[in-house]
Formats: sequence, C-alpha cells, structure tokens
Amino acid sequence: MCLGVPGRVVAVHGRSATVDFWGVRRETRLDVIDEPVQPGDYILNHVGFAIRKIPAAEIAETLALYEQLLREAEGDMMAADVRTEIAAAHDGAPPEGSRGV
Amino acid sequence: MASDLALSAAERELKFRDPAKARALTGALERLCRDIGREPVSVMHVCGSHEQSIAKYGLRAILPRALNVIMGPGCPVCVTDVPEVDEAVVLAEDGVRIATYGDMLKVPGTSKSLADAQAAGAQIDVVYSAAQAVELARDTTAPVCFFASGFETTAVATAAVVLADPPPPPNFSILSAHKYIPPVMEIVAEMPGTRVEGFLAAGHAATITGWRIFERFVERHRIPVVVAGFEPLDILAGLVKLVELVRDGTPRVENMYPRCVTPDGNRNAQRQLWRVFRTTGGRWRGIAHVPNGNLRLRDEFAWIDARRRFAIDVRRLWTHAPSALTQVCICGDIMAGIASPHGCPLFGKECTPDTPVGACMVSSEGTCKIWHQYGGHPDL
Repeated sequence: MCLGVPGRVVAVHGRSATVDFWGVRRETRLDVIDEPVQPGDYILNHVGFAIRKIPAAEIAETLALYEQLLREAEGDMMAADVRTEIAAAHDGAPPEGSRGV
Repeated sequence: MASDLALSAAERELKFRDPAKARALTGALERLCRDIGREPVSVMHVCGSHEQSIAKYGLRAILPRALNVIMGPGCPVCVTDVPEVDEAVVLAEDGVRIATYGDMLKVPGTSKSLADAQAAGAQIDVVYSAAQAVELARDTTAPVCFFASGFETTAVATAAVVLADPPPPPNFSILSAHKYIPPVMEIVAEMPGTRVEGFLAAGHAATITGWRIFERFVERHRIPVVVAGFEPLDILAGLVKLVELVRDGTPRVENMYPRCVTPDGNRNAQRQLWRVFRTTGGRWRGIAHVPNGNLRLRDEFAWIDARRRFAIDVRRLWTHAPSALTQVCICGDIMAGIASPHGCPLFGKECTPDTPVGACMVSSEGTCKIWHQYGGHPDL
C-alpha cells in the first residue's frame, strides 16, 4: 500500500480527475495534492487520492519501475499492491459532488 | 571474491536496470562495513513496500554479511491492536455494515476476526479507498462504518473524505485504527534488544510529511535517518548513505529520494490530516504502548466517530481465551527487530497466508507473509 501508482491525467473536473493507468481510466480525487494539475500531468495515486505531481524529469524513471512490476505474475505481491492502488481510484463517472468546486 | 560471485548470480535474478551501479553500491557497503570493523551493523526500515522489494529482489543475498537490515513495525495492519479489531467485530455483529481494506479481514481479534464475523452473517465490504466506503453509505440507509487502518499517508485520505464537500451522509461513520510512524521509531530505538543504529524511512510516507519531520528524532536519539525509494537501487543507495553516517558517527537526516520527497512535504495533506486527527497513546499489537502513536478523530468530528456514535462493548468477545497457537506467535518480537520469521516455530507450518496465526502473516505488508512469498533471508 506504500507504493502508490503513477497515472496520466486525462481530464480535470473540480476536485477529481480522470487518470489513465496503462489504459485503465479511473477517477482520482484531487483533495490532498498540493499543486494544480492539468491534462498531461502525471500524478501518484494512493488509496484513490493523488498525493503528488510527478516532476516531468522523473516520469520515465518512475513509470519504468512500475512497468517492470506489472509484468510480474498475477500472484506477485508487489504487482498485486500496484493493481490494488489502481482499483482504489473511482470506477466510472466523476463522483457526485466533484464538479464545480 | 565471494561477494562478486554472489552478485553475478544475483544479477540474473535481480533484473537490476543498472547492474554496474548495483555492483558499485554493494562494493561501497562492503568497504563501509570493513571500516566499521564490527558486526552486526543493524539498521531498520519501517515500510512493507521496502521489505517486499528487499525480499523480492533478494537484496539480502548481496549485502555485506556484517550488515543486518531489519523490518520494524512498518505494517499498519499488523500493529492494529486486538481491541481495535474487537470493536469492528462488535459493530459488525450489531448490524453495522463494515467497510475496510482487504488485509483487515483476517486479522485476529480476541476471539474472532472480521472474516469470522462475516462467515457468521455480518456484512463486511472490502474497499480500496475511504472514498469508496462513503459511496457505499450513499447507496444505502443502513449504517456503514469505515474501519480505517494505515499510517499517516493513508490517514490523509480518510481526513479528506471527512472534510469533503458535500460531507459524507449521516449513516457513515469512521472507526479509526490509523497509526502514526514517528513515535514508534522512538520506542523501537529505545528497546534494549534491538540496537538499531540507523533508520531507512519510507519514501512515499515522507512525500506527505517531508523529511524534516525526522530531525527531532535524530536530535533526541543520535541515530541517523535516510529517506529512500522502493527500487532495488534506491534501497541500496539509501543503505550506503545510512551506513556511511553510522561509520562517521554523524547522525543526521539525509534525503536519498529527492525525486519524490521535499523538506516540508505536502502541506495541504498535512493540514487536512491534523485538522481531522489528533495523536493519542495506545498499544501497537505485540510491540508496546506507543505515546502519540494512534491517530484518533478530534472532538469536533464526534458526529462521524463510530466510538462516539455507538456504545461498543467488546467484553462479550472475551468469553474465549486466545488459541494456544496465538501464545506461541512472535510477531511482536519480529516487528521490534528482535527476532526473524525463521525464529518462529509456527512460520510456514501452522502459520501460513491461508491460515495465519499472527497479523504479520495476514497482510501483504507483514514480514512473515513477505518472507513466505519471496523468502526473506537466503542462506549464504
């Protein structure tokens, strides 16, 4: 659970954002991140919340680590944690109350 | 040299993206340990993901023999105390729908786990996020309680749903088992059997808190702290810096994960965390009473605090004595760094991930479960 997972912001709607995690699009909350994000930015998602923006210079290195993990078998513990972090983002439409804030 | 042989064998396993760098780092660790000239040099990390990475990539096989890297109380599920599980079980039995992170289901209480309560008909939902627990409550009129575990990094998400606009619905409450890491480092540093000479701090927790939070600890205990990431090379680089500080007798905080961690961390997250939670003393399972180690909802959030909203009487669970196997479990000693899973007579025998006796075998962040999956301390 400590790992979090990086994703690319596709769209921002108030306090949530649609984020792409290797082709899986989910809603991530923006309540706790401490800087504005816009489409194209990469964020680190932890239990459904973006906790930081990944600086541009660090994106490739960060993604490489996770891509290596996601190639692991289904039962691998670290890979499972990463998949759990993806599942933690909200599935589907932006949650109620996230617009117009 | 033996270490070179070990490394070349390990390299094939490790899939280091930069084997030359890994070799340079382990070489540096060998030199530093030789300089120190005694063993063991014991350092501790407090993060399940660090242990997963160390075990998965077999790092202990390429570390100097003199260097002992211990996992401390870095698994929030594992340190959730028995009475906290009992509270959730009682609520569940009384008809409150419990939403919680998956690892919490099998954590043993005095006589039952949440999984036991579920098998007996209680409604328990696994969620991946506090926000999903709120969504569950919105879809029903029944009382829904989020049994919240995790260290400060995860507590931030719980705080955010409490402060959200619109607020959670009135049938939603929170039973906080959140824990705060800095105070337990003080406890473990003082434990006579542990003799920790340095701490490796978890990169993503420090993303929230910032690395300066460890300065007070270093001043008090004269033990260095190095913030490190999760990649095998990040961990090796963190260990090199940590052992260097041990050798030089210059305790200070060093940030070896600058691509993620700043001096002051995420202030917006900290503001929400401390607006909603206060620290209070409490037991960490198997370890000790930890002053300021628990995060509890502040008085002004009594309206969402399950402990204020419900009369939770856990005494009815005390009719059965804990099982005999539980008495043998040494999870506490393992988390305090005094013992390793291989020192437990139950490890891999009576206690497995399918039939866990202790909480360390339940959670994917627990030392025993990690060692059971990856092997933890390969024979050299």
